[in-house]
Amino acid sequence: MRRAAMFGLILVAALLGPGAGAQAAVLDRSEVLVVGAENDITTIDIHFGANRPAYGASWNLHARLLTFGTKKLPNGTLSYNYEDIQPELAESFTVSPDKHTITFVLRKGITFHNGDPITAEDVKWSFDRAVSLGGFPTVQMAAGSMTKPDQFEVVDAHTFRVRFPHVNRLSLPDLAVPVPAIYNSTLAKKHATAQDPWAKEWLKTNDAGAGPFLLEKWTPGEEIVYRAFNSYVGGAPKIKRVVFRIIPSAATRRALLERGDLDIAFELPPKDVAELAHNPKLKVESAPIENIAYYVAMNTRMAPFDNKKLRQAVCYAVPYENIVKEVVYGRGLPLNTPIASNTFGHDAKLSPYKYDLDRARQLLAEAGYPNGLDVEMTITNARSLDEQIAVWTQAELKKIGVNVKIKKIPDGAFVKAMVDKTMAFQVNNFGGWLNDPAYFFFWNFHGGHNANWNTGNYVNPALDGLIEKARFEPDRAKYLALTKDMQKVVLEDAPWCIIFQPTLDAVMQPNVKGFTYWFHRQIDFRPLSKEKAS
Amino acid sequence: MHLRTGWFLLRRLLSVLPGLLGVTLVIFLLTRVLPADPAVLVAGDQASKADLARARAELGLDRGLPEQYLHYMVRLLHGDLGMSLSTGHPVAQDLAQRLPATLELTLAALALAVAAAVPMGVLAAVRRNTVWDHVSRVVSIAGVSLPVFWTGLLLILVFYYALGWFPPPMGRISSLVGGPERITGFYTLDSLLARDGERLLLSLHALALPALALALVAMAPLARITRAAMVEALAADCVRAARAAGLPRRTVLWAVAFRNGLIPVLTTAGMVFSFLLGGNVLVEKVFAWPGVGSYAAEALVVNDFAPVQGFVLAMAILYAVLNLAIDLLYGVIDPRAQTVHG
Repeated sequence: MRRAAMFGLILVAALLGPGAGAQAAVLDRSEVLVVGAENDITTIDIHFGANRPAYGASWNLHARLLTFGTKKLPNGTLSYNYEDIQPELAESFTVSPDKHTITFVLRKGITFHNGDPITAEDVKWSFDRAVSLGGFPTVQMAAGSMTKPDQFEVVDAHTFRVRFPHVNRLSLPDLAVPVPAIYNSTLAKKHATAQDPWAKEWLKTNDAGAGPFLLEKWTPGEEIVYRAFNSYVGGAPKIKRVVFRIIPSAATRRALLERGDLDIAFELPPKDVAELAHNPKLKVESAPIENIAYYVAMNTRMAPFDNKKLRQAVCYAVPYENIVKEVVYGRGLPLNTPIASNTFGHDAKLSPYKYDLDRARQLLAEAGYPNGLDVEMTITNARSLDEQIAVWTQAELKKIGVNVKIKKIPDGAFVKAMVDKTMAFQVNNFGGWLNDPAYFFFWNFHGGHNANWNTGNYVNPALDGLIEKARFEPDRAKYLALTKDMQKVVLEDAPWCIIFQPTLDAVMQPNVKGFTYWFHRQIDFRPLSKEKAS
Repeated sequence: MHLRTGWFLLRRLLSVLPGLLGVTLVIFLLTRVLPADPAVLVAGDQASKADLARARAELGLDRGLPEQYLHYMVRLLHGDLGMSLSTGHPVAQDLAQRLPATLELTLAALALAVAAAVPMGVLAAVRRNTVWDHVSRVVSIAGVSLPVFWTGLLLILVFYYALGWFPPPMGRISSLVGGPERITGFYTLDSLLARDGERLLLSLHALALPALALALVAMAPLARITRAAMVEALAADCVRAARAAGLPRRTVLWAVAFRNGLIPVLTTAGMVFSFLLGGNVLVEKVFAWPGVGSYAAEALVVNDFAPVQGFVLAMAILYAVLNLAIDLLYGVIDPRAQTVHG
């Protein structure tokens, strides 16, 4: 006993003495922004295997030729401005008279994080990579009509040219989305191999960017620490360090916010956001997400939903207002058409659908199901919102005799079912990065393209024709008319019942300034700052 | 004695191998039988059928099951547990990085549980049907019936959110301070070795609530088994003889009765430890503790199979090693056990 006590005393004395080791200095809380997130990133390389949080990592670690400016929304929240293209790594650009070529002039004296100069070679390597790797980046580049490496030309060290096969209004904005990030090709090529010519392995975890922040540390499952890059082309960020901490439990994130141990959290459940909005010690910034729709989809080429009247009947039975109120707690705008409220061409008056069970019964009888029928609805286990929407819809459909069996499947299986188009009835949502209605229709309703996102399995050559015209229509007034026509067709055929447009909500301490909504729905650290209490 | 112990060890180790082999087979089949496709994780949700097919080929999923198993076993024998699609790192590296966090939490919980439950059980046995016995009963029932994530959230609500006595449940230590330099991976041990008093206190402070949440679950079986074992031990002949010989009560209780009652307690501690290893997934989630439990659970949800297989295998090996250690400890506590097992 006495020996143990002696040992204990010696231990305590030894610890309290000097010699805490050569450890990193403790950081000052006022200079660090602590972000709480639910999920970790899968990679810092947006070109391969990136999940949604990874878009945010890429956004802050990399710079691109162009970016978007900022505007203020009616509610005071800052938002990116789709109409305002701003230079980032390129100091200027010129469009050729036939509009088929854009020539970019890079700024002089700009460097990557490791000090290497940024040249047009790096831009070409990065663009070639994006269109050559396949999958997500290639698809995204194609939206701006960039599909082949021979479209990209290095004119000289500071001049880069892109040739387009046709004029596409999405080409310029597509250069400011996360995908055309500019990588340090000299650094990357050092780590490329014969089997891995694009250095996929190395770039997954290693920083080769020129963005406003450097990757200081990534401990998977725990945290990502970003440090400000003082030579960033847009000026040194005000926040010196950002700690992106993974905290899977939403309840824990909320408790941390309320006690002030987190500076900012987003992706909180709508109920929590609604409650926290009333908390005077916290600030909620929200913005309606552009070009998005949350909906239930019916497979138009699979019985029983190959019957238009049945689909229309369903669209009169969905409890639209109740869902916005009870499921989303008002953190979203009601939406009854595929074009969102802040997207060009939005017209809320075109849709006839509203919650009207009598009309639904009438249409159900006209469809040939006067006694109702049994259907199966599939939802993903990744989003609890989808399950609630399914349950509310199921309850209403039961009242008109349609018995819905809800099947919840793992997200991997759900995505596969989307690819194979094996689901008859599902809850889903789609948001496009580029705030353009034709772009939305191309992904969700174009039968020829028939992307995974054409969840209604809808094939209508007449609509395809309209979409193709709309995609390349240069005249604004004609484009507007086309958007009206496209909405009318889709609303009449009802492959979807569109329910609401979610808002992006971020809850933060009141001293966090500069939060800006971006279409990629991740946090842009550039404009953030922590106001010191006076 | 050394030779006998050596043989004993060897035979026990060999007897564990068929079990481990079975585990690899079962977990391999289970992950392949699930109606999900890991190719989606690689190819993304905009993947076309061609992209998915390419991803499946890259992952080797288009080959027959026996061939896939063979490849898996060959790699395993080289220490290669495969790549995690969600972290981008080798599974072996991820597990090595995250296992100490889980072990530290589990061992702390076990220590707390033993420190609380064993005296409580002894007290309950010595003072049967008094208020102490009833308290022990209530605590045990509460501990085993309340779901551990609920207890965890409740502890956070009371001791962090309301009272502020414990640090924010954001992981093993504050991001602003950072962990000690890694030697064993145990923050407490490494801080001790680096003579870093501040980090030692901070890591113990952060460990307290999650370990308590887990310990409450572990206390129940430990307290009850201790009580039962002590009741039996106290009724034994040797105790009566010791009392008759005039030995003081304390010596009779601890040196004679307790030592005999210890074996079932040890067995229970082993079972509890292995249960805690698997069951700490929810505690890790609630407290944002970066352990292997949450690692495997998150991988499972996105159909990333390699981490799940690696995790189960690691747990099976730990369980086998633990049982071996307990068997050896039997020999130390009760010399008769050595001859029985030799």
